[in-house]
Amino acid sequence: MRYLPLTPSDRRDMLTTIGVETIDDLFADVPSAARREGLLDLPLAQGELEVERALSRMAAKNMPAGSVPFFIGGGAYRHHVPAAVDHLIQRGEFLTSYTPYQPEISQGTLQALFEFQTQVALLTGMEVANASMYDGATACAEAVAMAHRVTRRPKAILSGALHPHYRQVCETYAQFSGLQVDALEPRPGMAEELTAEIDGDTACIVVQNPDFFGSLHDWTALAARCHQTGALLVVVVNEIVSLGAVTPPGEMGADIVAAEGQSLGNALNFGGPHVGLFAAREQHVRQMPGRLVGQTTDADERRGWVLTLSTREQHIRREKATSNICTNSGLCALAFTIHLSLLGETGLTRLARLNHAKACNLADRLAHVRGVSLVNDSFFNEFTLRLPVSAAPVVEALAAKGVLGGVALSRFCPDRDDLADLLLVTATETTTDDDIDSFAAALTEVLR
Amino acid sequence: MTGWSQALSRHPGAAAEAATFTGNRGLQIEEPLLFEQDSPGHCGVDLPELPTHQSRLGGLERREPIGLPGLSEPQIVRHYTRLSQKNYAIDSGLYPLGSCTMKHNPRLNEKMARLAGFADIHPLQPESTIQGALELIDTLAHWLKTLTGMPAVALSPAAGAHGELCGMMTIRAALTAQGDARKRILVPESAHGTNPATAAQCGYTIDPIPNNSRGRVDLAALKVKLGPDVAALMLTNPNTCGLFEDEILEIAAAVHAAGAFFYCDGANFNAIVGRVRPADLGIDALHLNLHKTFSTPHGGGGPGSGPVALAASLAPYAPMPWMVHDDGGLRLVEQAEGSAAKSIGRLKGFHGQMGMFVRALSYMMSHGADGLRQVAEDAVLNANYLRVRLADALSQSYPGTCMHEVLFDDRFLKDTDITTLDFAKALIDEGFHPMTMYFPLVVHGALLIEPTETESKATLDQFADAVNALAARAKGSNTAGFQAAPRLTPRRRLDETTAARKPLLRWRPELPRQEAAE
Repeated sequence: MRYLPLTPSDRRDMLTTIGVETIDDLFADVPSAARREGLLDLPLAQGELEVERALSRMAAKNMPAGSVPFFIGGGAYRHHVPAAVDHLIQRGEFLTSYTPYQPEISQGTLQALFEFQTQVALLTGMEVANASMYDGATACAEAVAMAHRVTRRPKAILSGALHPHYRQVCETYAQFSGLQVDALEPRPGMAEELTAEIDGDTACIVVQNPDFFGSLHDWTALAARCHQTGALLVVVVNEIVSLGAVTPPGEMGADIVAAEGQSLGNALNFGGPHVGLFAAREQHVRQMPGRLVGQTTDADERRGWVLTLSTREQHIRREKATSNICTNSGLCALAFTIHLSLLGETGLTRLARLNHAKACNLADRLAHVRGVSLVNDSFFNEFTLRLPVSAAPVVEALAAKGVLGGVALSRFCPDRDDLADLLLVTATETTTDDDIDSFAAALTEVLR
Repeated sequence: MTGWSQALSRHPGAAAEAATFTGNRGLQIEEPLLFEQDSPGHCGVDLPELPTHQSRLGGLERREPIGLPGLSEPQIVRHYTRLSQKNYAIDSGLYPLGSCTMKHNPRLNEKMARLAGFADIHPLQPESTIQGALELIDTLAHWLKTLTGMPAVALSPAAGAHGELCGMMTIRAALTAQGDARKRILVPESAHGTNPATAAQCGYTIDPIPNNSRGRVDLAALKVKLGPDVAALMLTNPNTCGLFEDEILEIAAAVHAAGAFFYCDGANFNAIVGRVRPADLGIDALHLNLHKTFSTPHGGGGPGSGPVALAASLAPYAPMPWMVHDDGGLRLVEQAEGSAAKSIGRLKGFHGQMGMFVRALSYMMSHGADGLRQVAEDAVLNANYLRVRLADALSQSYPGTCMHEVLFDDRFLKDTDITTLDFAKALIDEGFHPMTMYFPLVVHGALLIEPTETESKATLDQFADAVNALAARAKGSNTAGFQAAPRLTPRRRLDETTAARKPLLRWRPELPRQEAAE
């Protein structure tokens, strides 16, 4: 078997050295009632050729986003990742290395993560960022938990324009940790009165920018109001590319930013693995979850990096840890930082403007389809359309015509009949004029 | 000069006197931060022209620059290539890390995960366009259920610790539904830190169970602590001392008799895969680490995947989304209603770590039922081989057969000033990543060694020879040599104390540039 280096004669020699007759002797501690003598009912070993054939057959039953006009967003975005990124992250020293607990032989990982932390802080306009989380939704839930620790208050208020998955994860976590989470109802296209919700029990308010329906907001006044009352403002960002063109949360007064970084460096991957970004004010750093890389010097006075402030984490503090987290999204964070390094200041700015321009053109074209109207006053690369009929069957009909035309809001809020005619649509730099033509034509056809 | 120093000074690479102008050492390059190589206006990506459009950013255009450096593609490729050369990796050598299962990462898995039909699909596409993805997930679930003997598996947790949280949440939900909310979780003293951290995050208090003199959970002590306010026992099996909990059937019976649930941390599943099914041990919930037993790469710290196998009593509480079979094929259930009404809700955005599912299934199909059983046998064989090869020089904490990992402690260093840490750092100069140190907490100065099944006998012999030689030198009281280790690595020992006292967690433009070391 190609992955097992021991030969039958190795095994015999080793059993002899150990001083036992058979391998079963080494499993003597297993109660006899639990021993399985034969093989489990699963296929036997297969060579690369057979495995490739079987998995390729499964893959071929899916419609890749790149093979059709594609307009789906909703928290995961299709961007073009430069070829160099995937080559670099597949270097064995990055791909197959362990968590950098032995810093002397992990400076590659540690320096890359230090650069990543710096980039995330710069992008979000915050003072400090960690070395990544599982994804944006869990980062959001951890942000709420952190706000509770910092303010010692029991309640979190969630904007109705927060991504429903993020809301649901916050609610699940809070259910078991005893926090109270109040989520406002989604009201696309309508302003939310969040300041009225703040009281002395409020640990934080969680908002999103661009919000789930695509609209942009200035949260500066809300941040000020939060701070007056001692609450924190958590700002969520689903589409990290937006920060190449839009005022960052830090500048608006955010206390914590919980974001999804998948747009840079990482393929859609059917929803995972993605990469959560987490940034905050320096004064709260000891309450942050997740890994942190810090700069220091070595015995020769040379600059180097180490994991630091580990007393927050589970392997040191156990039940008193800020979180039970043990991994970050290492390789996905590396892909993010490499892609962002390739883009740089000019590239990211230009990429963001390109996304917005494409979305503007798309919005104009689709709003001209009879019966279709644009809900948003502002947007970055994603917006909500109101259709003259229910959106869910339209999405299916478009797919049958070979167009992946956005996602119906009813998929997220099936019990809201008043949202059933809403369609969330996205464009990125990968969207071509032909794609837009195809979408407009197919939508016209379907709505006829 | 002592024997240690002489050996080091004869080694060509150890000659610290060979100073260079650049600070580089042959293939080892001193690589500055990206921010220190900025060519403003430069870019490593060529983007198309901006089409004309009317901005609709609501007046929220960015006014200040971000501050990101600009570099060309050749500079970026060189930057990260040089960084990679400072890393140890399983591709380059053995990681004898107990509890981590650092096995070879097959490249077929990478190829399969990058098929466009898996990598380039969006989680929110209409289900008719992603039936192959659902089939892969369903197939993976089938393998995991068969290997564990459990009837259900929750696939969304993103990591082992996330899986622990999932399992403990289902237990709490089940007890609450029975109107029997309980407050305490029993956790062995030898448990991994994630266990008590998870229990706390789930709203429980933690009550530790001591080990007995044989390195297993003290059954008598457990029975004393069990009571009507205990929600669950969290156990690792084989345990973190590398030993199979041979009284596990009695443990399970006692836990269930007290009305509690039996959670198992599946981090050490590599020792028993294909030979023992957790369901047959009385386990109610068990998380698996796809990045341990099932070879998905560690990537410098993640991403992982921590599916949770569930007994029938806990299955109704599994997190969203569920996958069900119906007449139309495979379907995602994304709302907690109907048959899923008791679900604890969502633990993560979207559906789960699909990229890791593809890799893990590719691994499982490559090994098959026969190969996976062989994996457990070779893992246990390799660990016991190291056990006997190291037993004279080191101090084994619990004598006798081990499973896939073997635990030593620092008694063999007791007549020296050399610590477990010093010993581990010296091992680095010999070309090996150290074993797990100072875990589990139940012995002093623990050294936990897990070779895995993908190491050859030759590698094990080389490792054992190095460890034995170091142990002999340590007993020869060569403190200075050990405390100066490692000497041959891109960086020597780093000042972690100052890093924590004065955290410097990002680059800032106002800091002076580091002078090249000379």
